[in-house]
Amino acid sequence: MIYYDFHIHSALSPCSDKDMTPNNIVNMAQIIGLDAIAITDHNSIGNVRAAMKIGDAVGVKVVPGMEIETAEEIHVIALFNTIEAAEEAAKEVYRALPNIKNRTEIFGNQLLMDEDDNIVGEEEKLLVSPTNLSIEKLLELVKSVGGLFYPAHVDRHSYSILTNLGFIPEELKIDGIEISKKVEDIQAYLDNRPDLKGYRVLRNSDAHYLADIAEKDAFLTENSIDELFNRRV
Amino acid sequence: MNQVRTVAKAIERFSRKAVKAMTICELAKELDLSVLTDKNYDDREIKGCFVGDLLSWVMSRAEQDSAWITIMNNINIVAVAALVDMACIILAEGVDVTEDVIKKAESQGIIILSTKKTCYETAVAFHKATGI
Repeated sequence: MIYYDFHIHSALSPCSDKDMTPNNIVNMAQIIGLDAIAITDHNSIGNVRAAMKIGDAVGVKVVPGMEIETAEEIHVIALFNTIEAAEEAAKEVYRALPNIKNRTEIFGNQLLMDEDDNIVGEEEKLLVSPTNLSIEKLLELVKSVGGLFYPAHVDRHSYSILTNLGFIPEELKIDGIEISKKVEDIQAYLDNRPDLKGYRVLRNSDAHYLADIAEKDAFLTENSIDELFNRRV
Repeated sequence: MNQVRTVAKAIERFSRKAVKAMTICELAKELDLSVLTDKNYDDREIKGCFVGDLLSWVMSRAEQDSAWITIMNNINIVAVAALVDMACIILAEGVDVTEDVIKKAESQGIIILSTKKTCYETAVAFHKATGI
């Protein structure tokens, strides 16, 4: 059994709080008692390596992750079993982002940090844009490096696969879906959406502030993260 | 009182502009649309128009026999058009569409047309041609 939160934004996401440093996030997760987390910044893994080092030191598994935006403006949580796999995918995602410079006064800062929370740089390209990858192309990319693919916050009105595509295309071999914490009665929600039957459901926080990181509540039945990746669709 | 009635009549006449019934084939010709699916399709009359890209929205609001103008090119457009029983899909802005989408559309008898024009320009041209 693994208590998790696989959707947390660090200070690299412009919309995120400055206190979302690698140390603050990982240590908060450790205090809460989470076994595994993922730092999932918009279209980037810039702070993942730092968080993984801290995770190793304090005993929280940090799974390399990213929240990627498809051409149809759908958000997807991608998880990877190695940092190398994540970097390979991230390189393509970065290339697929339009060349728009971040305007910090509008969007906020995109801070890159090391394992001591030092600011080591700032991402200049605006990360909160859609890539030019269709959802099918993105799935192909994530699968090509052995990653896991979960359309994010499917219950929401924006950036959701259900809003933008109406329903999940049956040809799309996804590993599961994320249902946001806004849905309190998950059973009632799923009873109303029989088309979602059979998909694994992740309950993540989508935290942009430290206080929003998930409580020790949602868990995976697997015994290890490796097992999760071995079960991928 | 009489004056009011006269004005009301004039407004009514003005707003009852002729709607020209048009088939997909005629519309394609009039708007210079290219047909992406099988060229030998069952022609049918178009009775309305809907513009939108969020498929959940389109699914719940578009009406039967409409021409649907969109830039969404995901495979789900075929299912949405079939579900609502729209007359045809008009892909605007020259957006690309994959062979999978074309094949699926053909298997379901959905007609996909394409134009380089924007959604707005297409809708204006549609209105001019049909009066709808």
